[in-house]
Amino acid sequence: MITRRKLIGSLAVGAGGVLLSGCNKINANPQVRSLLQSSEGLTMRAQRLITDRSALAREFGAADLSPVFRANGTRQPAGSAYEGHRVAGFADWRLVIDGLVARPMAMSMAQIQAMPRRTQITRHDCVEGWSAIGQWTGVPLKLLLDAAGLRSSARYLIFHCADRYAQADYYESIDLIDAFHPQTIMAWGLNGQPLPVANGAPLRLRVERQLGYKHAKYVQRIEAVDSLATQGRGKGGYWEDYHDYAWYAGI
Amino acid sequence: MTDDEREDGLALPEPNAPPPLPRGGDLVSRHRLSTRLWHWTNAFTIFVMLMSGLMIFNAHPRLYWGQYGANADQPWMQIGSSGGRGVLILGREVYDTTGVLGLWKDPNGVEQRRAFPWWATIPSTYSLSDARLWHLFFAWVLALASTVYFVVSLINQHLRRDLLPDMKELHPRHIWHDIRDHLRLRFPKGAAALRYNILQKLAYLSVILGLIPLLILTGLTMSPGVNAAWPWLLDLFGGRQSARSIHFLCAAAMLVFVLIHLLMVVLAGPFNEIRSMITGRYRLPREPRE
Repeated sequence: MITRRKLIGSLAVGAGGVLLSGCNKINANPQVRSLLQSSEGLTMRAQRLITDRSALAREFGAADLSPVFRANGTRQPAGSAYEGHRVAGFADWRLVIDGLVARPMAMSMAQIQAMPRRTQITRHDCVEGWSAIGQWTGVPLKLLLDAAGLRSSARYLIFHCADRYAQADYYESIDLIDAFHPQTIMAWGLNGQPLPVANGAPLRLRVERQLGYKHAKYVQRIEAVDSLATQGRGKGGYWEDYHDYAWYAGI
Repeated sequence: MTDDEREDGLALPEPNAPPPLPRGGDLVSRHRLSTRLWHWTNAFTIFVMLMSGLMIFNAHPRLYWGQYGANADQPWMQIGSSGGRGVLILGREVYDTTGVLGLWKDPNGVEQRRAFPWWATIPSTYSLSDARLWHLFFAWVLALASTVYFVVSLINQHLRRDLLPDMKELHPRHIWHDIRDHLRLRFPKGAAALRYNILQKLAYLSVILGLIPLLILTGLTMSPGVNAAWPWLLDLFGGRQSARSIHFLCAAAMLVFVLIHLLMVVLAGPFNEIRSMITGRYRLPREPRE
């Protein structure tokens, strides 16, 4: 029997369903999405225009450290190759720097750790909303780029990682404004210890003025390129390619 | 012959004398175009910002005070699920919110363990990236439209003439009188309805000068790029996680404002009120017959 309550209930559910499918259609509409995405470029240009491009991220004191530095994303790269490196203490790990450089290089961790180092206590802001303060030690990326001799045609750096995330190889990219920023380092230490596996051992990017997903972990190769179009799906990173995250993660 | 005299020698009303006050039942011009445009831009923008913001919250449904805060740290507020129950935890208090927060069923009847339910978020199924697309696009709309409105309202004196209360209105007795009238659903009639009453003024001003600027500024401090350039802004709010908490609390206050605002529209006569915000024309409520 159709009671009034049942009728009203099913009408409400029906209206909700129509509204919901309408909203989902709007959200999935490619034109709507490209309109929404257009604000990313506006945000990047506005931030670069209004703020000082060389401004340093806040550096904290030892008393400000998070008791536990949360790890996110890949915490343990799969596969025997990485496991072999881990067991060997990353003695055979190489950081390759190639692409649009004058002197392609392959550096061992010992060579990287022998270079001048920078230690900084900074806040890591994840796109999800949490923050953790950690002390990072590593070589300024600028020194590596100077050693390799970046060609004038290079516009971006692609960071190739040892981990796969979900369906694809993890990678990330930044432009040269962030690459030459004094706080942008290839970190091999966290809180005075060798970088833990969960946080990207043996080497990860720190790009302090962007959100966490830009900070590529398990970095094996830095490739200088003039365009991001040929890598992956061409949007400059794993999250950008597969989940429509912003390439410029300044907010 | 002066302008004040007609050919028949009868004097016109003094040019400086105020025009006769409209009375109850008159159709009057009530809201400026700039106010109406901003109102409807905001109505849509706030709706999108609140719902996409709740989805962003779902990515990490915990709030903290201070510079940092992640899963190992103590939140002051969190929404989650425990066993078969959805829970809201405020400090040490645990509230059962099964069906609404933390654990609920989606339209297909499938149980979901996310903080805010499908009907409260944009998009309706979990996607932090899509919520960010909506939130960060409409953040621009909110900020630009608010700036334009603010400048226009300063120039056309809307802020000073219509919204700033005078000393007499701020007297506690006057405010108390208005609160009692509102609680009895006695709203201004006739010419008195041409102007905002003190409770409206305080409500609108606290949104225009308080909530919206706070939401925009705390929103900016969610940006590590802005924080590097303007560290003083983050210091003002007491750190990244405090700023995120303030952002959330301001959004909650905004929701309360919207709900009360809608309730008042319904109580005051929705047709007349909505027409006045679309066309600008408003029929003054009739005075009670003496």
